[in-house]
Amino acid sequence: MSFPQPIATNRSATGIPTGKLAVWWVIGSEIVIFGGLLVSYIMLRLFHSGWDAEAAHTNTWFGAINTFVLLTSSLFVVLAHQAAEAGEEKKAFRLIWLTIGGGAIFLINKAIEWSGEISHGLVMTKSVFWSFYYTACGLHALHVIAGMVIMAIISFDVLKKQHMNRVELIGIYWHFVDIVWIFLFPMLYIAK
Amino acid sequence: MNAHAQSSHTSHYVKIWAILTVLFLISVCGPMLGIKLVTLITAFGIAIVKAYLVAAHFMHLNVEKKYVTYLLLAMVIFMVLLFAGTSPDVMTPGGQNWERIPIPSDSGSTH
Repeated sequence: MSFPQPIATNRSATGIPTGKLAVWWVIGSEIVIFGGLLVSYIMLRLFHSGWDAEAAHTNTWFGAINTFVLLTSSLFVVLAHQAAEAGEEKKAFRLIWLTIGGGAIFLINKAIEWSGEISHGLVMTKSVFWSFYYTACGLHALHVIAGMVIMAIISFDVLKKQHMNRVELIGIYWHFVDIVWIFLFPMLYIAK
Repeated sequence: MNAHAQSSHTSHYVKIWAILTVLFLISVCGPMLGIKLVTLITAFGIAIVKAYLVAAHFMHLNVEKKYVTYLLLAMVIFMVLLFAGTSPDVMTPGGQNWERIPIPSDSGSTH
């Protein structure tokens, strides 16, 4: 049984395919979600000087490794998009799975980091700083997981040369997740 | 896409990634100097540059319809408005008809 291609794949009333426009709207709403969190963090941090001492407990190297991993995974996914546009489905498939691998390394690193922190009593209820830390990183990690799942689904379509345009769409999302981490890293790990 | 154009795009993306990696290393090493201004510039200034590079070159905002950039910037402006609208209350301890009552754990290193 075959299904017709979704209208959003090709229809364009705005100069951008509707599916891609929808992703930009998602990114717009995500800016408000993460932005609201980060703006609240900045306000409270500037007011409470004692937060420096709390931030001193975060491990810069865990954050740095994850920053490098996400930057590199962003490169993989943009190359996957390029391969999909060129019709090289196997190369695109490989690059998508390298990106998923990057997401997995990120999450494993985060799990090890959190285990250490929790075992040292640095839990969510310890202070407002740690509430922000776990909320922001946790919300970000959920976005990483969502991106990995969507990419895995898309990768098998790509292998069949179907819906190749979706590689670009998930790529845009993944780059946004990378940008969020680019700001979380200095806020939570560098500013001590 | 022909092979030459594809190879040129690949080298462009790798070049952007290399620049991002160098900026990332600077943002990690800068704060080690222990100078607050250097930390602010290397950590937050570079974060803005990195975000711009990813948005422009990886998300292709530099070749996307302009209104997408305006849409995203509008959301960022909402965040600035959120800060401007609420920070006078959150960040000032006193004011007209306003008294900030300290909570017991609101001092020292716990907050």
